[in-house]
Amino acid sequence: MSDPANEHLTAEGGHGAVPTTGVPTGIGRSARDWPLWEVFVRSRRGLSHTHVGSLHAPDAEMAVRNARDLYTRRQEGVSIWVVPAGQIVASSPDEKDAFFDPAADKIYRHPTFYDIPEGVDHL
Amino acid sequence: MTAVPTGDGTAAWTYALRLGDDALVLAQRLGEWIAAAPQLEEDVAIGNIALDLLGQARALLTHAGELEGAGRDEDALAYFRDEREFTNAHLCEVPNGDFAHTMARLLVFSTYQSELYAQLSTSVDETLAAIAAKALKEVSYHRDHATQWVLRLGDGTDESHRRMQAAVEAVWPYTAELFEADRLTDELVVAGVAADPVAMQPPWAAYVTAVLQQATLPVPATVPAVTGGRRGVHTEQMGYLLAEMQHLARSHPGATW
Repeated sequence: MSDPANEHLTAEGGHGAVPTTGVPTGIGRSARDWPLWEVFVRSRRGLSHTHVGSLHAPDAEMAVRNARDLYTRRQEGVSIWVVPAGQIVASSPDEKDAFFDPAADKIYRHPTFYDIPEGVDHL
Repeated sequence: MTAVPTGDGTAAWTYALRLGDDALVLAQRLGEWIAAAPQLEEDVAIGNIALDLLGQARALLTHAGELEGAGRDEDALAYFRDEREFTNAHLCEVPNGDFAHTMARLLVFSTYQSELYAQLSTSVDETLAAIAAKALKEVSYHRDHATQWVLRLGDGTDESHRRMQAAVEAVWPYTAELFEADRLTDELVVAGVAADPVAMQPPWAAYVTAVLQQATLPVPATVPAVTGGRRGVHTEQMGYLLAEMQHLARSHPGATW
């Protein structure tokens, strides 16, 4: 990992950043010690894969199959990605202000200053 | 309805009943794993497979009831027949055993069903052909799931290898019954209704043997078990299975939720 400061954080089950030490996370102590995988499903062609949740599986092949059973049984998707949860580097909640707040007052970054031509709906 | 040639008029409905009973009884067995599988994920996987089989059973038993023409629907056939009237193969009714046994049975049975439904998808019985074409995709997944587990457990630790091998040896004697021909299948194969059980055996053996070899498991050389499921003669475990499956429907006939 490139950023040693974030090595103690990972993403688990879509919770954003979860510490890997000091608090019970379920990581490494799940039943039978199967690793955790994050699951991304593309709902239809042309859309991107979206995070839908996580699961336990002994390896990548079984993770894809478990994801099929857990997350696509009601026709939710046409494609599945699985990623080892430990391989995801998450931003730290402590850095939230520095990371995200400065964008709040830069309204000129939003495309809201254009005059919309007449006759153009749905813009 | 396509006119299905049947010698004594009961062959076609008995055949649909056999296929339906296989799926129904194995669905009931697999349902026992729900909330008892090694992992939550496997609970859902086995549950999905059981529900696929139950769906096949519903379609096949409904079709059997229509062919019989005595007014029996899927529920009447599933819940209000006694043990001697069930025509499933013994393989489907024997207890689950441990997880390895369940996966060994699923491997041999879903491989059989893959061959069966592939053949039946061109049956002259159009309803049977449609049911088979839909079910073929489902059982391909069942076979894949079982294959993945047999490979991992067979080629895993010493303990998993030992237990997977014991499981394959335990289910192997029951596989012969799946490929048994009798007067009924002979007649229906000629009529183009049924899949030829004898012709299904070589491709079945080729697939299962390849999986076992890759899983470092020897192919068992056990003697086939005594058969009789197709004639309504079952193992001692069948009565307990039916008691659990039929209890509610018989205690409260017509109950809905």
